[in-house]
Amino acid sequence: MNAARLLQRIALFLVLSLTLAIPARAQVADSDLSPLVDALAPGNFKDREAAIGVLVSTEDPRVVPILEILLEGELYFDDATGKVVFTSAPSGKGTISDPLTGDELPTVTEDGLDKVKVNNGLRRVIRTAIGQMTLLSEDAGVRRFAAQSILRDADPAQLELLDSAIAAEADTGIRQTMEQARAVIMLKTPDASVADKTAAVPVVQAIGGRDALNVLTTALASAPAELQPTIQTAINGLARDRAVWDVAQNIWFGISLGSVLLLAAIGLAITFGVMGVINMAHGEMVMLGAYTTFVVQEIIRQNYPGLFDWSLAIALPLAFLVTGLIGIAIERGIIRFLYGRPLETLLATWGLSLIIQQAVQRIFTANIREVGNPTWMSGSFELGGLAITWNRFYIVIFAIIVFLSLLTVLKYTAIGLHMRAVTQNRRMASAMGIRTPLVDAMTFGLGSGVAGLAGVALSQIGNVSPNLGQGYIIDSFMVVVFGGVGNLWGTLVGALTLGIANKFIEPYAGAVLGKIIILVLIILFIQRRPRGLFALKGRSIEA
Amino acid sequence: MITQALFRALDKRAIWIILILLVVAVAVPASNLLLPTGHPLRLPNYVVPLFGKYLTFAMLALALDLVWGYCGILSLGHGAFFAIGGYAMGMYLMRQIGTRGVYANPTLPDFMVFLNWKELPWYWQGMDNFWIAMVAVVVVPGLLAFVFGFLAFRSRVTGVYLSIITQAMTYALLLAFFRNDMGFGGNNGLTDFKDILGQSISAPGTRAALFAASAVALAFAVFACSMTVNSKLGKVMVAVRDAESRTRFIGYRVEYVKLFAFVVSAVIAGIAGALYVPQVGIINPSEFDPANSIEVVIWTAVGGRGTIIGPIIGGILVNVGKSYFTGAFPEYWLFALGALFVVTTLFLPKGIVGLIGQYRAATTKREQHDRGDPTPRQVEAGVDPQPNPAE
Repeated sequence: MNAARLLQRIALFLVLSLTLAIPARAQVADSDLSPLVDALAPGNFKDREAAIGVLVSTEDPRVVPILEILLEGELYFDDATGKVVFTSAPSGKGTISDPLTGDELPTVTEDGLDKVKVNNGLRRVIRTAIGQMTLLSEDAGVRRFAAQSILRDADPAQLELLDSAIAAEADTGIRQTMEQARAVIMLKTPDASVADKTAAVPVVQAIGGRDALNVLTTALASAPAELQPTIQTAINGLARDRAVWDVAQNIWFGISLGSVLLLAAIGLAITFGVMGVINMAHGEMVMLGAYTTFVVQEIIRQNYPGLFDWSLAIALPLAFLVTGLIGIAIERGIIRFLYGRPLETLLATWGLSLIIQQAVQRIFTANIREVGNPTWMSGSFELGGLAITWNRFYIVIFAIIVFLSLLTVLKYTAIGLHMRAVTQNRRMASAMGIRTPLVDAMTFGLGSGVAGLAGVALSQIGNVSPNLGQGYIIDSFMVVVFGGVGNLWGTLVGALTLGIANKFIEPYAGAVLGKIIILVLIILFIQRRPRGLFALKGRSIEA
Repeated sequence: MITQALFRALDKRAIWIILILLVVAVAVPASNLLLPTGHPLRLPNYVVPLFGKYLTFAMLALALDLVWGYCGILSLGHGAFFAIGGYAMGMYLMRQIGTRGVYANPTLPDFMVFLNWKELPWYWQGMDNFWIAMVAVVVVPGLLAFVFGFLAFRSRVTGVYLSIITQAMTYALLLAFFRNDMGFGGNNGLTDFKDILGQSISAPGTRAALFAASAVALAFAVFACSMTVNSKLGKVMVAVRDAESRTRFIGYRVEYVKLFAFVVSAVIAGIAGALYVPQVGIINPSEFDPANSIEVVIWTAVGGRGTIIGPIIGGILVNVGKSYFTGAFPEYWLFALGALFVVTTLFLPKGIVGLIGQYRAATTKREQHDRGDPTPRQVEAGVDPQPNPAE
């Protein structure tokens, strides 16, 4: 065991003892405990055993790491003062610290340190002592931690202790962990009886996951012939579980990718549905949204560091406003003059996208910018056999919220009603008194604003650079073409289908080939349904 | 009699373009090869392949014009046909390197040796023969266009949808050619060419010959396009562009007309690509970049679509501008290109050629006005102008 790991353990135990509210009577003052620790140094093994007994009787959790260090034979004492110390490097070059408080002590001369010696008999005593203090501790948190660490290490020497702990344990959760640890130990011990091992197999299988699979696979190699079928069945069962979880994981990745595609494509789908124009600068709106987040975070970092966790909440409305206004400006300034010429609109917006990209590159340079995750978005959690990162999780939630709010806007507001009317039949809507130019401008602003929101979300899962939008634009087109226009559900289904299909093909074909396959499939799909999955039905010949 | 028929099919302008191109095909190489260094009319060596490159770009723009300007199909994937033609030529040139490569393998190109391949993939077989390679230059883009077009036009994918899936096609090819497993050199592409038809590829004579070949090929493309658009089939193409459904109801098989235009256009683009590669000395997957294909559209638009001369002017002008800008103000080239897209679509819907036409029309109108003629009826701007499938 190296010094770093020891230190880690000490820190862990210290934290544990502080946070888990150790009963007050177990806490002994440093000044009282210190001489007891120092008592480990002098005398023979017999004296040392007695000293350990005294230490255990204090029931102070800080004793545990010291005993562990002692067990590894890496506890030292100062020749001159007789003080027991912990050193980061035994040669005398490293720092020396008090094992109790962790305080650094003045360095002693070389050879001034001697090892506190231990023999096999003493090791057994120490192990039992540690077990008593942890597995049999009165504090449930300490017991749980001890059970988990035994499950991880699965040291056969601790079997006896574990048995007594299981007998004494009242908490079912902790007992289960202990029994699992016992089962793993059983399978690892060569001389355990076949009956014990057979009983252990289902327990280990119940642990699940890769670790259990490893334990069983190792056990299979050394198992007696009559036990092998049992273990093999358990392994197959676990492998099947694993496969199921892998599928679930792929579905999750697919949903995650799909929600990103949905965010990027939904604005495009709205503008395309209402106005029949493809906005090639849509990707740049996403990029501008991401840069808005970057700027907001920079300002917060410099001026109000305390608000950092709120940066996204501030960036969202700002990004929506910025990109929405730019969208309206584009519509009023350029696209308005190109109505009835969808292909020319495509070219003009492509030109705009080049200009916006280059402008952003001039202002922010071409360097990749990193946008920070707020604390509540970093890290990950496990759900069964799934590892889910928080940022992906929140983006899926965010995509759902955006989708539902757009649905609401389209369904229950006046502007939404007008937008749907114009989508279905522009001339009839106009004849009914709907101001189609206003609807167009609003639609374009809304579509661009949603793209800005997508940019805020995308800044959380990747780096921000001037060509951020380019990476998403073709995929978003594919979603729109696949899902059809005029119906947001089409976009949702399209995005999720493409996302999940992508993630399922990827393991077999690789990322690049997977993408190619998807593109080819879409091109073939278009043959069957030239207007996408959810095509708007109408009577016009040229939709 | 055949000549007569030909001359009838070609309009006068096309004949002029062909003549000018043929003169250029002789004059530029002659100026470079025959005149002594330092002569004021002598074109320096580097200029010849540069101009040759512009001519191949003009040819690509012309190919796009045939489908977009005359048939109303906006392809955002024409760069793919260009690149495939280029790769076919590149494969031939790679096979000519032989033992002069880094690994000195007589049959395998360097990148295959590097990837530990033991033998040539089937599609590289025979590519060391120039004529087989030339057949591939014509057939492969044509075949791709045929299959893609057949599927797309049969199911009546039109307008923006078609543009998007052509873009998806070139994007898929871009990704595919980036893969080493495809056997086309991965992202490095094909390069380090040594010679073509036994002549060193960097010799001034070869370069002059390639230039002449480009000019002649462009002249031939002008001839073919002009023939096509002036024929009865060409009229149907224009009809499809202006009113697809009406043409269909009259009884024409619109999808076959479109397919014909698309395949011819792809073949022209492929030939342009094949001439481009030996003059620039490299072909790599970035030629498949969707952005490149969109750039071709703007060449055509700037020059004036729906004309034969327009895309040639546009292709050459924009690329000369690009060479100048990327050299003098590299920071501003994308601004200029972006502005070109916006300005052209907003103010020059018919391009430079159309500008001349507009000027003429304005002059005529003024004359009419001076004579007191009633002004021609203006089309009223309605709330919803009838969408024109051509645009």
